[in-house]
Amino acid sequence: MTALAPLEARRPVERPDFESELVDPAGLVVVERPLPWYERIVKNEAVQNGAILAGLALLWELYARFLDNPLLLPTFSEMVATFLRDIANGLLLNRITTSLKSLAYGYSAGLALAAIFTSVAVSTRLGSGLLTTLTAMFNPLPAIALLPLALIWFGLGTPSLVFVIIHSVLWAVSLNTLVGFRSVPETLRMSGRNLGLRGIRYVALLLIPAAFAAILAGMKIGWAFAWRTLIAAELVFGVSSRSGGLGWYIFEARSELETAKVFAGLFAVILIGLFVESVIFKFIERRTVLRWGMQR
Amino acid sequence: MAKPLLDVSGVTIQYKTPQHLVTATYKVSFGVYPSDRYVILGPSGCGKSTLLKAVGGFLEPVEGEIRLRDRKVTAPGPDRMMVFQEFEQLMPWKTVYQNVLFPMQVTGKFRGKDAHDRVNAIVEKVNLTRFKDVYPHMLSGGMKMRVAIARAMALEPDILLMDEPFAALDALTRRKMQQELLALWDQLRFTVLFVTHSIEEAIIVGSRILVLSPHPGRVRAEIGADAFSHENVDGVEFGAISKRIHRLLFEHEVEEARA
Repeated sequence: MTALAPLEARRPVERPDFESELVDPAGLVVVERPLPWYERIVKNEAVQNGAILAGLALLWELYARFLDNPLLLPTFSEMVATFLRDIANGLLLNRITTSLKSLAYGYSAGLALAAIFTSVAVSTRLGSGLLTTLTAMFNPLPAIALLPLALIWFGLGTPSLVFVIIHSVLWAVSLNTLVGFRSVPETLRMSGRNLGLRGIRYVALLLIPAAFAAILAGMKIGWAFAWRTLIAAELVFGVSSRSGGLGWYIFEARSELETAKVFAGLFAVILIGLFVESVIFKFIERRTVLRWGMQR
Repeated sequence: MAKPLLDVSGVTIQYKTPQHLVTATYKVSFGVYPSDRYVILGPSGCGKSTLLKAVGGFLEPVEGEIRLRDRKVTAPGPDRMMVFQEFEQLMPWKTVYQNVLFPMQVTGKFRGKDAHDRVNAIVEKVNLTRFKDVYPHMLSGGMKMRVAIARAMALEPDILLMDEPFAALDALTRRKMQQELLALWDQLRFTVLFVTHSIEEAIIVGSRILVLSPHPGRVRAEIGADAFSHENVDGVEFGAISKRIHRLLFEHEVEEARA
């Protein structure tokens, strides 16, 4: 290491002050150039997802043709044909409506119960302990395991299905909502109470929108649980052969060894799942948490 | 002398942490008169924010009482609108316009067209008309603070409570906000109770300054400071009052250090 230079040499370089007129920004040209069409298409999310799905369908079709055993694995085109046929003759639509009806009852009842539970839980200390314990007990319990009990209590039919769906929705939504409520910033709570908000108005006007990101996450999980549980429960029994749901459609097809029909049923389950997730929930998300900057 | 608008008499506030019982303020008394810009000044730990929260009705004093317009303060209410230091006080799911409108709707103090007219007027007064339909997450810190002040002002509270409202802002924005608050006060002559730990801010913003000593917070002095603003920050008098407050706040520390 060289010795430090003498102090004299380490003085900052002296230079004159200056003031200047501002440069006219009129010369600044902001060019907004659209991306070339191929880049726009490749980067489009819908196009990307569509390409992935088309690729999978193609692989399926090729492998099934190579295997040439329609009992084990029908081709993709055969499955689609069966699917369209059963849609056209109304059988599949009928099954789907039955399933969705049970789902709507169960899901909305589950949400309503969760709303009541969590409202009580945030306003009283005892309620909070109760909800936490109940959630810890019942959340890990698979809803389908309650089906035998539901059959004893409510018999074969929609009430049993609604019961198990409520069970699968209630705890997931309650847990998320409670976590959401608890993570609302103290300042926001105080500014709500400052206005004299209390009780149910406090929950509805302040806590629910403030915790909406967490609530929506809970609703998504709850929906997936409910849909799964419903199809599984319907596999166990059809209410009657005329009014069974999608699960029953799949089960029937299996006993008739119509593998293409089994696949068509599964296809319908997946399509509905995709629709709810990527259309309905996406729409709600875009209108709420994304717009409010609560989620990126 | 007339009766004070806000009368704080002999207020002791304690709160519990898991390990300790902390006495935040001890027998604090003061009075705020209409159109005062009353500043509570003190170092951290003098319980000034706690005192403000008690006036807001969020805490209950263990001793003494707080009266507003001769009514005892027991719970939070829209007659004492609070403006917080944090930016989280605005509702992220409402636009600027809706945020200002919301308190009027829930309290029912102003309704219908009257409420909307008030919102437009106050939003214009804080220069946010262009950003009326924007959500809070797209605003800068200073703009959020202006919305918070507008929201509180629009409701015409008896007293405006401000808890170190500018502490989280950068120095330039902070100065601008102080000027705007003073300009707004010049127009509307509202009563404000303002908490800060900055001596300079207290002198500039305040017309009366209550100096608190720390651990626990006790009243050290009350000083008039109506004559000072940004224009005379470098004047002799400003320096003198600033030194005087500094002495009041810190002389005990020096004595303790000597002893």
